[in-house]
Amino acid sequence: MVNTAQIWSLLEQVNDPEVPVLSVVDLGIIREVREVAAVSAKPGGVADTGGAAAANGETADEGRAEDAPGLEVILTPTYSGCPAMDVIRMNIRMVLLQNGYKNVKLTTVLSPAWTTDWMSDRGKEKLKGYGIAPPLPSQQVCHPALFHREEAVPCPHCNSYHTSLISEFGSTACKALYRCEDCKEPFDYFKCH
Amino acid sequence: MEQQTLIDYTLHLADNALVLGHRNSEWTGHGPILEQDIALSNIALDLIGQARNFYQYAARLSNEGAGAAGLGAAAAGAGAAGLGAAGLGAGAADLGGGREMAAGARGGGGVEVTEDTLAYLRDAWDYRNCLLVEQNNGDWAKTILRLFFFSSYQYYFYQRLQQSRDRDLAAIAEKSYKEVTYHLRWSSEWVIRLGDGTEESRRRMKEALDQLWKFTGELFVPADYEKELAEKGIAADLGAVRPQWEEKVEAVFQQAGLTKPAAAWEQTGGKQGRHTEHLGYLLAEMQFLQRAYPGCEW
Repeated sequence: MVNTAQIWSLLEQVNDPEVPVLSVVDLGIIREVREVAAVSAKPGGVADTGGAAAANGETADEGRAEDAPGLEVILTPTYSGCPAMDVIRMNIRMVLLQNGYKNVKLTTVLSPAWTTDWMSDRGKEKLKGYGIAPPLPSQQVCHPALFHREEAVPCPHCNSYHTSLISEFGSTACKALYRCEDCKEPFDYFKCH
Repeated sequence: MEQQTLIDYTLHLADNALVLGHRNSEWTGHGPILEQDIALSNIALDLIGQARNFYQYAARLSNEGAGAAGLGAAAAGAGAAGLGAAGLGAGAADLGGGREMAAGARGGGGVEVTEDTLAYLRDAWDYRNCLLVEQNNGDWAKTILRLFFFSSYQYYFYQRLQQSRDRDLAAIAEKSYKEVTYHLRWSSEWVIRLGDGTEESRRRMKEALDQLWKFTGELFVPADYEKELAEKGIAADLGAVRPQWEEKVEAVFQQAGLTKPAAAWEQTGGKQGRHTEHLGYLLAEMQFLQRAYPGCEW
């Protein structure tokens, strides 16, 4: 019997390599943790569908039945091209292995598509403490209207709403670049998605 | 439904995204200013990510297909062995019909089709991307206009593909649609800035329009695999996408002070593997490492 609550707390130790203050759980990219009968026929009992993502997570990975119960972690990428996903998958596997979970299957799903609404409140707090403005709540997905600007993003340093957008594409796909007109500091905004 | 048709369609979508992603990535380190360099690189990354999702799906379909008996696809590459299987197999394929192209080739050596073999080991005649996306970058105006034409197409296209009866394609479309929304807004704003900007930016934008317009029609001329799958509710209906695209282009052009050409020759062929000379150069650079050092990883 797999203790999924324990798995969730282990996953808290796996950070986003691009925004190391956030765990994968904070990010909201872990969609489900579940026990599965058997996960692999490979030596070492490791299966990984990471490379060949099953869009719906419905692909049956036919494995030979083994004695140990298997574990399936279902995750979703933030952006299609996020280069951190491979590292995240590897780190999840490492942490689980270190804690004795050998039969682990990682399944990537695309639908429903990740949204910043899935980021935990604690994650948003951590982001702000780290100097990145967290995504605003109840934000609509990027409005297609031209020259449309989101409601004012508060500066993570001085809390001023007197800020302006420098570029809606920042150092990573998930961030936009802003500047604060009061404290004059530039800052990253974890943009709505 | 023949599995190969679905593979063809998936590869068409993958190739579109990869080739444009690669073109945009050619600007990395060369953008006019840092923020826009980063923006275009971000967009390139999104497109390459979308391409990977489609290639992974196509690879899965190909490997499933190769396991089944009697599929013509597997036979095409069977003569070729080793890593070159996908590419070599296609060499023998018929250019026009293209049914036996490398997609399904699980070579005689039992080489598994992967996203990498599909991207790196197919030649220009196997690629099914539209001609628009392979055109060279030219100047910033041409790159921007090409991205605007294609992003507005993808925006309405992915909207529809989310309703596909194929759940994998629908899921990729749902994910990609959110990303393309940003691409469309960014490129639209740049078309307006340049078209309605200085004398020089306007001149360059008009030149870009002259160069690119003839390649836009192909986006909406369905290939056989698109027709077949649209009837089954799997492919997006391009006939429905076209008026939305035209309306969007009209609206942005109006703000940019540009005039949409009334009608023009529509160059086609990319979806069937008949490309302009530009694609070969692109692939030669992109595929060099895997061709020179097969299976190389780092």
